Amino acid sequence: MIVRLVRRIAVLLASLVVCSVVVFAFMAVLPGDPARVALGVSASDSAVAQLRTEFELDRPLVAQYFSWVHGLVTFDPGSSYISHTAIGPQLADRLLVTLWLVGTGMVIACILAIPMGTIMAVRHRKPSGLMLSAVSQIGVAVPAFLAGILMITVFAVGLGWLPANGWTPPVQDPVLFLKQLVMPALSLGIVQAAVLTRYVRSAVLDVLREDYLRTARAKGLRPTKALLRHGLRNASVPVVTVLALQLATLLVGSVVIERVFVIPGLGSLLLDSVAGRDLTMVQDVVMIIAVAVLLVNFLVDMVYLLIDPRLRVGAS
Amino acid sequence: MWRNKPLMRHVGAAAATLTCLLLTACSAGSLAAGGSAGDPETTLSVGLTAEPANLDFTKTEGAAIPQALLYNVYENLVKLDQAGKIRPALATSWKLSKDRRTYTFHLVKDATFSNGARFTAEDAKFSIERVASRWTVAQKSQMSVVDTVRVVASDELRVTLKTPSNDWLYRMTTRVGAMFSRTGVKKLATEPVGTGPYVVKRWNRGDSITLARRTDYWGRTPHFKTVALKYFKDPTALNNALLTNTINVIGAMQSPDSLYRFENNPKYKVIEGSTNGEVLLSFNNGSGPLRNPKVRRAVRYAIDHKALLDTCWAGRGKLIGSMVPSTDPWYQDLTDLYPYDRDKAEKLLKESGEAGRTLRLRIPTLPYATACGTVVKSQLEQAGFKVKLDQLEFPAAWLTTVFKNADYDMSIISHAEPRDMQAVFGSKTYYTRYDSPAFRALLKKADQGTQEQQVASMRAAARLLSKDAAADWLFLLPNLMVADADITGLPKNSISESLDLTGLGRS
Repeated sequence: MIVRLVRRIAVLLASLVVCSVVVFAFMAVLPGDPARVALGVSASDSAVAQLRTEFELDRPLVAQYFSWVHGLVTFDPGSSYISHTAIGPQLADRLLVTLWLVGTGMVIACILAIPMGTIMAVRHRKPSGLMLSAVSQIGVAVPAFLAGILMITVFAVGLGWLPANGWTPPVQDPVLFLKQLVMPALSLGIVQAAVLTRYVRSAVLDVLREDYLRTARAKGLRPTKALLRHGLRNASVPVVTVLALQLATLLVGSVVIERVFVIPGLGSLLLDSVAGRDLTMVQDVVMIIAVAVLLVNFLVDMVYLLIDPRLRVGAS
Repeated sequence: MWRNKPLMRHVGAAAATLTCLLLTACSAGSLAAGGSAGDPETTLSVGLTAEPANLDFTKTEGAAIPQALLYNVYENLVKLDQAGKIRPALATSWKLSKDRRTYTFHLVKDATFSNGARFTAEDAKFSIERVASRWTVAQKSQMSVVDTVRVVASDELRVTLKTPSNDWLYRMTTRVGAMFSRTGVKKLATEPVGTGPYVVKRWNRGDSITLARRTDYWGRTPHFKTVALKYFKDPTALNNALLTNTINVIGAMQSPDSLYRFENNPKYKVIEGSTNGEVLLSFNNGSGPLRNPKVRRAVRYAIDHKALLDTCWAGRGKLIGSMVPSTDPWYQDLTDLYPYDRDKAEKLLKESGEAGRTLRLRIPTLPYATACGTVVKSQLEQAGFKVKLDQLEFPAAWLTTVFKNADYDMSIISHAEPRDMQAVFGSKTYYTRYDSPAFRALLKKADQGTQEQQVASMRAAARLLSKDAAADWLFLLPNLMVADADITGLPKNSISESLDLTGLGRS
């Protein structure tokens, strides 16, 4: 068990190092001089050279890499090239926004997918089940941004029920916050739900065939109660795994959704920073996303080890 | 055999929860107050396209910072009015000496900075001298003509120039003329301190900057207590924000094709004026086929400007024919120098001996450039040119390839700086690579002469530039604003660096 844990941590650290090298290397080969972009069209060459020195762009790449990693590890990413303001607080603000979005999207996905998937499994040969199956198939095919644009057209511009875009922190105005959160979270959530529904369905179908459910029913439990009490808990193990893995998809989806709904999250920060050649900012944002995905995968592995004794045996 | 009633109850409960969540969110009825929180009588939301990277225009380039802060948070000694005339601001009046080198400014007496400090001639001297010593942006060179700055009294300032310069007083209306407090320049990037009617109250990065009205402002109190500047990358999102009452004004419309959604609708008013943005089909005058004046002239004859404007900017905008916007005192219509004439273009191209060469049209990924690029290409090809169209990502790739290395034959870019004829064509090292001693002599004469001489020389310079076909001027970008019908005081022309919010109101 401990060997397995140590090995897993080593893999995690190695992935982080590889990730950081790849991210840094990509930024280094990106065309466009950050100093030139920062100074604009009327800057003289000497001013650009001076700014390059200030940005430390004239130092060797390896030295730049290590000072960047040092900043990340000590939670002090320094100042942005372009805005001359501290990166840390900005990253924290934007991350919080994206977490709200992704978190709510995830909750909506679960609320929709778990009952739908269960019904689809239970009634998998009946018309209602087949119909739900078709609906979820459509959901899989629709990209989140399209869902977002459709919702804006109908609910914001057409009916005038919700604001088309924008973001207000919940402490500033909770009602407005909710109004602005609904559509982006739904567009992420619905698409995610469509994918998740299919996993729930197959997990529940598997469980329905298990002996212990038959046993439970033989002991007098009504079918629904048997499924709810014994079945769903077992079916949830693979579903939780998928949910964790889908986090990466949600994070990527939020980049687009943030642009559609004009939300100042990590995704829009990433896009703006790429356009403005704010290289340290781009590197930091990409690393945060990479760390989040790697950490979640790691945690899922750990949870597996804890709940499934067979894996522990297999490991040693 | 499966009876699912209890299960359905659970599903029902989940659905009910979701509905509740949605209803809470949709409640509170009208969105007029929902989108832009606050009392509509005292609050205004303006939608803009480019968000500042920070709030310090002494160290950061770009039009976004002065657009938000100049005249609103910072004030100048003099400001520009809608007709392009220089008017008093923090200076009540000024006098120019006989040798045209010394300006004496009389300053207002009761102005204070938002940090409480009083505004005096010492602050004015500090601000002007600080441009040369502490600013890092390219505009700082506009102050290099200043020789000495002297405080005569607490409300009188004397500025002596090295040589006479009409341009200097004009530049004092732009960002380099902004007045700073001697005790308020520590955190310019996040906490600007000025004498203006508004202060920066809150900045939600990536979303909006909120300005709050000062209670101790020395001048006329503006109508709106709070003004939120909201930033949108996407033109559709900007339009939707106005359609759903999230904002009250679209400060700069980026998609003239969608104006129909607002025109003929009594809820909105559409304002169309002019800007300083000359959309150039810029030529590389230094190397390649366009070094040959015959090819340059052929290009100008080959382009049907009216048709081009109709196709790529919905017919909005003005044809100018040279580097002077219609709001400058020396504007003249020069579109008849090279009227559309395809036969003449073909003939000139053949004479030039460059007919077989391919012109590299390298345009930035900006809305007007991508819209016009294909039209320019097809019009030129109809006149016998060979054109290769490349799109370069803006700003980074375009700046490196076209602007820095001049590795291009033609490009399309709007030069939006005010009075930028000298900046764009006055130096042979600039990316247009235009080199004309006669042109430079005219500009110098304009800067140092009387106002009449300035106008006459600038006109002559603009005509020379156009005759030489140093570039082709596709059109002047229009100032397109859309607003709620009851908003008053919106500036028709966008000709200063500032989006002046002080005159806005509600009827």
